[in-house]
Order: sequence, then structure tokens, then C-alpha cells
Amino acid sequence: MRKPWKSLSKKTRALAAPYFVWSVGFIIIPLIIIFFYGFADANGHFTLSNVASIFSHVNLKALIISMLLSFLSTFVCLLIAYPLAYILAEFGHGKSSLFAFIFILPMWMNSLLRTIAWQNLLEKTGLINTILSFFHLPTMMIINTPWAIVLGMVYDFLPFMILPIYNTLSRLEIDYANAARDLGANGWQTFWKITWPLSLPGVISGITMVFVPSLTTFVISDILGGGKILLIGNIIEQLFTQDNDWNAGAGLSIVLMIFIVISMIITDKYDKEDATKK
Amino acid sequence: MAAKLIDLQHITKKYGENVILDDFSLYIRENEFVTLLGPSGCGKTTTLRIIGGFETPDIGNVMFQNRDITNLPPNKRELNTVFQKYALFPHMNIEENIAFGLRIKNKSNEYIKDKIRYALKLVNLEGFGDRMPDSLSGGQQQRIAIARAIVNEPKVLLLDEPLGALDLKLRQDMQYELIRLKNELGITFIYVTHDQEEALTMSDTIVVMNQGYIQQIGSPTDIYNEPQNAFVADFIGDSNIISGIMVHDKLVEILGAKFDCVDTGFGENKPVDVVIRPEDIDLVDPGNGTIDGIVTDVIFKGVHYEMCVMARNYEWIVHSTDCFPVDTRVGIHVDPFDIQIMNKPESEDEKAVEIVE
Repeated sequence: MRKPWKSLSKKTRALAAPYFVWSVGFIIIPLIIIFFYGFADANGHFTLSNVASIFSHVNLKALIISMLLSFLSTFVCLLIAYPLAYILAEFGHGKSSLFAFIFILPMWMNSLLRTIAWQNLLEKTGLINTILSFFHLPTMMIINTPWAIVLGMVYDFLPFMILPIYNTLSRLEIDYANAARDLGANGWQTFWKITWPLSLPGVISGITMVFVPSLTTFVISDILGGGKILLIGNIIEQLFTQDNDWNAGAGLSIVLMIFIVISMIITDKYDKEDATKK
Repeated sequence: MAAKLIDLQHITKKYGENVILDDFSLYIRENEFVTLLGPSGCGKTTTLRIIGGFETPDIGNVMFQNRDITNLPPNKRELNTVFQKYALFPHMNIEENIAFGLRIKNKSNEYIKDKIRYALKLVNLEGFGDRMPDSLSGGQQQRIAIARAIVNEPKVLLLDEPLGALDLKLRQDMQYELIRLKNELGITFIYVTHDQEEALTMSDTIVVMNQGYIQQIGSPTDIYNEPQNAFVADFIGDSNIISGIMVHDKLVEILGAKFDCVDTGFGENKPVDVVIRPEDIDLVDPGNGTIDGIVTDVIFKGVHYEMCVMARNYEWIVHSTDCFPVDTRVGIHVDPFDIQIMNKPESEDEKAVEIVE
């Protein structure tokens, strides 16, 4: 086996040192600590019970709801982001950066603030319902439901879906689409056979950037779910902050990490198969 | 002569204030190898894109076999394009790239297989079907782009500077390849380039363009030997373009000396532009030519020497296989039929311009 560290020149090694220290200190050691807590009981003896606690009724339910809501919000984000990114990229190359900027702008605002804003909008006596009742329209009761959480996730994470797709689409050579048109494909065929498969790398990173934070969030479910709907993120948070049970919290974190890794592998595999098949 | 296949009628195209083509008319016959030649921004690529359907003219019509196709989208036109950067679909292998147009037209698998085999053979790339485009060299990608276009049996193949990205040797090979392909397929080629040598080598007809206007249409020999204005003379090959006065038929005065020529019909004592190709100038012993001069510069170009001769305050460019060292006194002699007389330019567009490529 090659030893990557030894194969580097002295100068390169000196330059790489800070990153090496960083990755040991802030990635590898914390991971080891998490794994240590996750596979140990309160007395420090090895146990699988922390990891296995995912099968308890409450935890399993939280994980399933988290997965469902994350899938849904990722899907909705993709549905909104793709056409938008397409239009932005199409809008004339170069000129569109201002438009893209406008859509990215909310990303720079504190996400807690944005979520609380939605809480105020959606509340029983919030702004939206006040307006609705003013016009004698039926009021909405979506605060403290899963729908409110999905809405919050979509609103918070949408820019993360737009940006990578927009980047891929705007870098796509216009000649690919022109060549397809030239060879007889209509607009629709050109999109499905050329533009869509060539933009998949952007779609994949968009999905990753939305799915992962959706799956692990606890703030959005806390604020827009009113504490009634527990996501796996909320359970882990409670274990650490309220129950002071670091072992169980670390165990569930490991399970969640495994789920994320598996879904990323599946997405990535689908991407590769799709690219070679078509 | 074959029938008109494509007829561009009074086409005007503007991008904002920028007029690319101005009342541009051109027809192309069946089975012709036509080259649109000119410097960047002369409108040659826009013309090709209008024929291909990627641009719509602001004014004017595009006729194809006497049918108006001005507003027909590219996928409905019976012609195919070879793009400058090939534009092979990077997510498909070579076979899938070539099959793309045929699959869209729902051809049978048998038919598609046959066509792929035929096309790969035609471009000398048999056995490359399973490869991905990015594993091919530039020249190979170019051939696949041509194969992908011709399997659709277009009546016209449009080529947008297809050899621009290739190195010199490969470019020359591909020029012969394209001539062979054109003869084998028997279809019309419309070729866009800024490379005059490429145009002279391959074309049946050259259309020299500048700033949205046609400067001259003719066979390569016409364009080279009988340029109609200073722009064409300057753009196609090196030339000495000198102001002169047409004394009367068959006699022109250049730099105060009288030269015999073969041109007639310019009137008497009329100012004209005179074009003399560097290779048409014979350097002789001083006193034996029409005028005398001194060699000021010699560059060895491989096939010939390029010399500058200062004579009567004009720097003549001379090409010769014989070398005359710097500071040699020489006589300049030009055969009458090597002198080309042109009317003085009537508009700015016809003036010789600095070619920046």
C-alpha cells in the first residue's frame, strides 16, 4: 500500500500540516469520542443498547417521521428549485447573477430568525390568518403540524438546492442543447435526454445539501411543530441537554449518521447508473 | 448548373444597435462546397446559425428548396450542423451519440446499427463505438461529430470552424478528409472559417465577407487571382496594394512608373488600386526591371524567401525561391497579366483592414 503522507515532499508536508492537525483534532478525535460514548454504558462498559435504543417505539417513530418529512421537503425543494435555477441560468449568461443573488440573499439571514418569522405568520392569530379572516375566508391551521415543519424546511434550505443546480446549468455548454435540436429533438426531448442528465451532479449535491440538514434539524420542529412533533434531532437534543444521557444521544447520532451515509450512497449510485444508461 | 438549394433573401440581423448582417442575399446550389470566409465579426457564423435555425433574421427570408423555412425550428430542418467545439454529448458513448438523431426519428435497431457501422467506417474510426467522448482526441471527436451529423442523411452539412481547435498537421489531414467525405456523400457543405488557406484548399465557391456584407463570391482561383477590392486582396494571401492611375487601357502608372497590364474598361487617367501578389514579382538585375530598389529585409519561410524591397518610397513584399541579401540593388519586373487593377473603394467596408485573429 502507498503511504500518502510519506510520498509527499517536505514542503508539501509542511503546507499540509495545519490541515492534518485540523482533521485529527476536529474530525477524527470527536468521532472517536462519539463512538466511545455511543458504544458504552454509564460505567464505561461496552454495550449495544444505546444504538439499539433506536428500536424503541418513540425513537423509531421519530426517525420514520424525520425521514418522511426530509424526503418530502427535499422533493418539494427540487420541484421549486429546478425550474427556478433553469430560468435563472437561461436568463442570459452573466446577466442573471443579480437574480440569483436575490434568491440566495435569505441564506445570509439567521435561520432561527426566519423560522420564528414563519411561526408568527402561521399562528392561529398570526398575520396570515388575520388577513384571511378580515376577508371572511376560512383560516389555516397548519402551525404545529408536520406541514408547518416541511414548510419551514423548504423555506430554510431552498437556496442550498437552487445554488448547485444553478451552477451546473449555467456552466452547461449551450451547444449541447443546440446539437440535440439540430439532430431533430424537440424542446422536451432535448431537456430529458440532454439537459436533465447533464445537470444531475448539481441535483445530487442539492439533494444532499437539503436532505442532511432536514434530517438532523431540531430547531424547525421545535418552533413550527410546537414541541408536539418529535423528530430524531429533537430526541438527540433532549438526551444531551435535558436527560444528560450522553451515551444514548451519541448512540442515536451514530444511527442517524449511518442512515445519511446509506441514502447518499443510494443517491450517488442512482446518479451513476442513470448517467451510463441513457 | 445544379438547382438552388438554399436561398437567403435580403437578410438583416441586429443585436441591439449592432448590425451583423445588412440586406444580405446569397444562394447555394446543390452539391456545392461553399465557404463563408472573413475576419471575426464579419457575420459568417451568424449566417450559418440563421441557416441552421438557431437565429431568426430580423428582416428577410430563408428559402430551402423554394420553401420558406425562416421560422422553422432547427429540429424540423433537413440539415445538420458540426459545431465548433464538437458538442458531443458527454454522458453518452460514441454509438449513442451517433444514434441520437436516428432514435429521435424512431428508426429500427437494425437500421441504426447499420448506420453506425457505416458512419464509423466513413470517418475511419471503426471499433470506437463503446468509447466515451472525453477519451478521444480532438481530431477523433471532430470526426465523430461529423459522423453524428451525416447518419441523418441531411441535404446540407453546416460546419462552423470545425478545424479551429486542431493543430496544423491534423488540420491539413482533416481538410483532405472533408473533401473526400463531400465527394463520397454528394451533399452540400457550408463551411465557415477565417482561415484563407483552408478556404482555398477545400471550396468550390468562396464567399468573402466583411462587416455583414459580401465582398466577393467566386472560385478559389478567382478570389485569389482576381480580387475585386482591396479588402479581398488583403485578406486572401499577402499582397502589395498600391494606389495607381489607369493611364488608358492596358497601361497603369504606379509610383511614377508605367507598367503594362491586361485590364481594360477603367477609363483614362482614373485613380485605381493595383494588386500585385508577392510571388508574381520577379527580381532582376538593376536597370532590367521597370523600377529599381534595395532589399531591406529577408526572412526564410521554408518554401520561399520573403523579402522587402524599398523602391520609390514603397516597401514591396516579394516572395522568391532565390535569396537576395539585404542591401542588394535589384530591378522589379511584373508580367502584365500578374497586375490586378481594382476600382477605388466606394465604401468604408471595402477598405483593406487590419486582420486580427
